[in-house]
Amino acid sequence: MGEHLSKGAMTDGQGQTLDFATFPGHRLVLDAADPLPLDCGESLSGVTIAYQTYGRLNAERSNAILLCHALTGDHYVADEHPVTGKPGWWADLVGPGRIFDTDRYFLICSNVLGGCMGTTGPADINPATGRPWGLAFPVITIGDMVRAQVRLIDHLGIEKLFCVVGGSMGGMQALEWASRYPERVFAAAPIATAARHSAQNIAFAEVGRQAILTDPDFHEGDYALHGTKPDRGLAVARMAAHITYLSEAALHRKFGRNLQGRERFTYGFGADFQVQSYLRHQGSTFVDRFDANSYLYITRAMDYFDLAADHGGQLAQAFQGTPVRFCVISFTSDWLFPTAESRAVVHALNAVAANVSFVEIESDKGHDAFLLDEPEFHATLQGFLDGAADHRGLPRQTDRHGLPRQTDRHGLPREKDAP
Amino acid sequence: MTPADLRRDAIRVDLQLIADMIDPGARVLDVGCGQGILLDHLNHFKQVDGRGIELSMAGVRAAVAQGLSVIQGDADTDLKDYPDGAFDYVVLSQTLQATRNPRLVLRELLRIGRRAIVSFPNFGYWRVRSHLLLRGRMPVTKTLTYQWYDTPNIHFCTIADFTDLCREEGVRVERSMSLTADGRVSHGASGLLANWLSEQAVFLLRRD
Repeated sequence: MGEHLSKGAMTDGQGQTLDFATFPGHRLVLDAADPLPLDCGESLSGVTIAYQTYGRLNAERSNAILLCHALTGDHYVADEHPVTGKPGWWADLVGPGRIFDTDRYFLICSNVLGGCMGTTGPADINPATGRPWGLAFPVITIGDMVRAQVRLIDHLGIEKLFCVVGGSMGGMQALEWASRYPERVFAAAPIATAARHSAQNIAFAEVGRQAILTDPDFHEGDYALHGTKPDRGLAVARMAAHITYLSEAALHRKFGRNLQGRERFTYGFGADFQVQSYLRHQGSTFVDRFDANSYLYITRAMDYFDLAADHGGQLAQAFQGTPVRFCVISFTSDWLFPTAESRAVVHALNAVAANVSFVEIESDKGHDAFLLDEPEFHATLQGFLDGAADHRGLPRQTDRHGLPRQTDRHGLPREKDAP
Repeated sequence: MTPADLRRDAIRVDLQLIADMIDPGARVLDVGCGQGILLDHLNHFKQVDGRGIELSMAGVRAAVAQGLSVIQGDADTDLKDYPDGAFDYVVLSQTLQATRNPRLVLRELLRIGRRAIVSFPNFGYWRVRSHLLLRGRMPVTKTLTYQWYDTPNIHFCTIADFTDLCREEGVRVERSMSLTADGRVSHGASGLLANWLSEQAVFLLRRD
């Protein structure tokens, strides 16, 4: 009972406290006697991990895929989102006969450490004070997020994941998993990501954080105690970040210089342009589902990520002798995690003669392309997973005639096989 | 055989010659692998640990979508990333003539592979010679389909030229095969006659 009340700082758009206990999915509370050590030197005890699963774990426990969500994602990969009511971020890719075939694989996704959708984060109650952690929450890293996921995988009795897949920050987690726990990962697909947050990435993250930190409603992170929320700062952070997820071409195609519900300029600072109105909407809806402190902590975790630095400056050292099969995917118009970053990962993997595929997908949709309908991306991911699953000895699903089930280029079942 | 097996079995003769040179279970890197036809064949019939590099993204996407381990990369610039002796065989099929620095590429092949298999169109083939001799124009044949101004093939050589390069580089020719236009295969591609009659050649090389 106390668990969901401890998330008192998270409220929905109408100011109602979110009741995580009523949300779909599962929760694991880690043994308080075995605290989770963190890279910063501190540790967290009694961590809660909110997670969702799809499909069934096979008897050999060899068919588990860990899906890692991005900065503002959560574990509702294919569920209707309990706050926004929108479909999950990869809903189209999950299901029987789809890329993440729930008849073949057991899918796991957990809300990251520091998150705000049920896993322990800065909005939770600090047991030492009885108040929400706020900025007293220890600074976490991508490595810490993965360490929490390892506890979850242990709890589920899975010795070795079949695959770890993630885009953007989720891709960082996939790289971290493959680097730190190579014996526990058969395959990894880091998508639209990098082995480090670049100076430009850190710069954009800093703009977002400053918008939050300087919001008068922020109250040094203790906004819950003051009965306020730094919604303006968080909305600006989201607006700035959202621009980095798109491309000039995508923005132009979507909005151009079109005016919003008016014939001519108002010669003021209102939302004359459609693109303004769009961004404002993105900002204002985001604050209903995301906690400002979580945003600070998670962007910081991304800033600190630098796999090469953890290995004496040699990225290849992060993968020395790796048995993991990799598929690295980037998108041509992604300027937040450009192809050059993926190529650096591929070069490092080549240097250790790792088994790696690398594809740059042509898309003008920017960084967000990994969440959108990109048939070539989906065909690539499907081919990689199918090939890896064959090597892992996971049986292919067959249709009612005993033939391999046919899927279309999106990985969706062809009509004749549809139930 | 299933239809997929038949498709896999029916590869080009020059690719079949290469496949025949590779031991089962070997570690193979196919440089310039295209859509991965040879890799797919080798995976299926020789159970190799196969990887590919391909310059064209369309080729890479097609290969990876079939479950092959292929990266986008360039033979001239990206071989240097691989460690010494990482593969049992490094294959360069019909790609040597399109590299900027064939000598360096050959060295790299034999650095990262215990053996290299190189196939190339023979510019000493009599039809090619006669095309230039009689018509006075750059040869365009069944295997050399490009016009001079749009060809990716920038470093043609004859079988004799290639044999010379191997000698200069201290590379031992373990086996060589030559292939005529009608698909006839002869063992040994070293003689004068082979240089006249062969449209293509396949060399199995190792460092002395």
